[in-house]
Amino acid sequence: MSDRPNAAGLRRDALRERLGLFGLGLPALVLVLVTMILPVGWLFWLSFLADDGSLSLVHYQRLVEQPSYGRIFRATFEISAIATAICVVLGYPLAYVLAQLPLRAANLCMIGVLMPFWTSILVRTYAWLVLLQRQGLVNTWGIKLGLWEQPLALVHNLNGTLIGMVHIMLPFLILPVYGSMRAIDRDYLKAAANLGASPTRAFWLVFLPLSLPGLFAGALIVFILCLGFYVTPAVLGGGKVIMVANRIANDIEIFFNWGAASALGVVLLVLTMIVLYVASRLTQLGRVFGGHGT
Amino acid sequence: MSWLDRPASETQIAHRSRLWLYAIAAAVLAFLVLPTIIVVPMSFSASQYLEFPPRQWSLRWYANYVNSASWMQATLTSLKAGALTALVATPLGTMAAYGLFVSRLRWAGAVLPILLTPIIVPVILVGIGVFYAYVRLKLVNTLTGVVLAHSMLAIPLVLMVVTSALKSFDMNQEMVARSLGASRPKAFFLVTMPQIRFSLVTAAVLSFLTSFDEVVVAMFVSGGDNSTLTRNMFNALRDQIDPTIAAISTVMIAISSLLVALAQLFGKSRRRT
Repeated sequence: MSDRPNAAGLRRDALRERLGLFGLGLPALVLVLVTMILPVGWLFWLSFLADDGSLSLVHYQRLVEQPSYGRIFRATFEISAIATAICVVLGYPLAYVLAQLPLRAANLCMIGVLMPFWTSILVRTYAWLVLLQRQGLVNTWGIKLGLWEQPLALVHNLNGTLIGMVHIMLPFLILPVYGSMRAIDRDYLKAAANLGASPTRAFWLVFLPLSLPGLFAGALIVFILCLGFYVTPAVLGGGKVIMVANRIANDIEIFFNWGAASALGVVLLVLTMIVLYVASRLTQLGRVFGGHGT
Repeated sequence: MSWLDRPASETQIAHRSRLWLYAIAAAVLAFLVLPTIIVVPMSFSASQYLEFPPRQWSLRWYANYVNSASWMQATLTSLKAGALTALVATPLGTMAAYGLFVSRLRWAGAVLPILLTPIIVPVILVGIGVFYAYVRLKLVNTLTGVVLAHSMLAIPLVLMVVTSALKSFDMNQEMVARSLGASRPKAFFLVTMPQIRFSLVTAAVLSFLTSFDEVVVAMFVSGGDNSTLTRNMFNALRDQIDPTIAAISTVMIAISSLLVALAQLFGKSRRRT
């Protein structure tokens, strides 16, 4: 074909056009490279520099040797796992009910689920601070209704942090679960009933397994986003809950220790990637996020 | 027979035997919605402790807010940063989405993950990284710096919204326009854009809110006269529970809800005509 000048010209034109189209993506690419990839790459480099500027693993060595770092990482994973578990327990039933409502009613309820997406995290964190404090609404009503006698310590500790995190993360769980539930073909349940399964049995043996990919995707997003939480533990944890991100900020703001903060950040990023990778190997995540179902 | 005794569907148990399920669902929905909404009446409380329901109504926290030069300055900064972020991120993200979607070059597959990194990388890492870079670029405490960083954070959202709009758009229409003599840009602006307008507005609103609500990057990068509202709020929250923030929260909820509602209305009226 290439011996025919016309065809070669056409192909050159086509290539030029595609390159031009590709060029449309360049400004965005440059912005992300300059404000994201390069700075994070720079931190990566910093994490391998000792205080005198020589290459060393001293920051990583400290991460391994000082037990306080190990504790922070363990706490971060534990808190994220608990928050994810609570999200699953609370989110699945709501998604289940919403998926069975008529579409109009479900869409109306969805406004409630989505509302957190357009209200600031800070506003919601503040709301919890006000509601959960000693003289706050939850404590005064709890005592008035006789549920408990002394004001409970609901905030400035792990309780407050978990409540705040679950509140922020729930929509991220509900949306994929709801999507995968809506996509389940009701005929499977009819087939199960035909074969003699009771409604409860059909739920456990047919519906639940079919909704698991959505549940897994939602739980994974929640867990990964939880690992990087900063604002909620800082405000609702009252300094007692230190997750990796809080420690990174402290290293910068209080100790000006860029090397230590960078090393922590790199480890956090790598752990996040590992979780994502392992999860994608365990299930076909692509099918969940991609065109399959909704 | 009341609806309670009817089965929820052909293959399910009666509504009556799963009332507990509805109770849980309602409670979870209330958990999601109420804490945010309850701040609104509380902000009109006269008491330091923000009682609910307020025993005495007052506007004192709003007066505090409006009369404070620093809160007003911060509000203005946040509004400016949000608007500029929408103006930067929406066109950049749309161009990238269109380019990557239409040119099916192999590189597109490599570029897309890079453009999506801002969602995956923990925001604290972005915050200190951008701070470190800005110190060298002399962009710390500038509006430009905040807008650039926030635009970067918003690009993945714009990309996803616009790409999904393009996927459901029939590109043959653009082909027709071009076969009738329109250039590619003309075909885009006259044929494609009016039809994906709703998604573009959604993308712009999301970009604005990304910037308006962002805390961590703003905490490191903004400051002085260019402190954002969220940065000041975050610092105030770490010290004590200042009731003025209830008033500010209410204003923020109002601004966000108004924008989302406007985008929704805009989309509806477009679809009908």
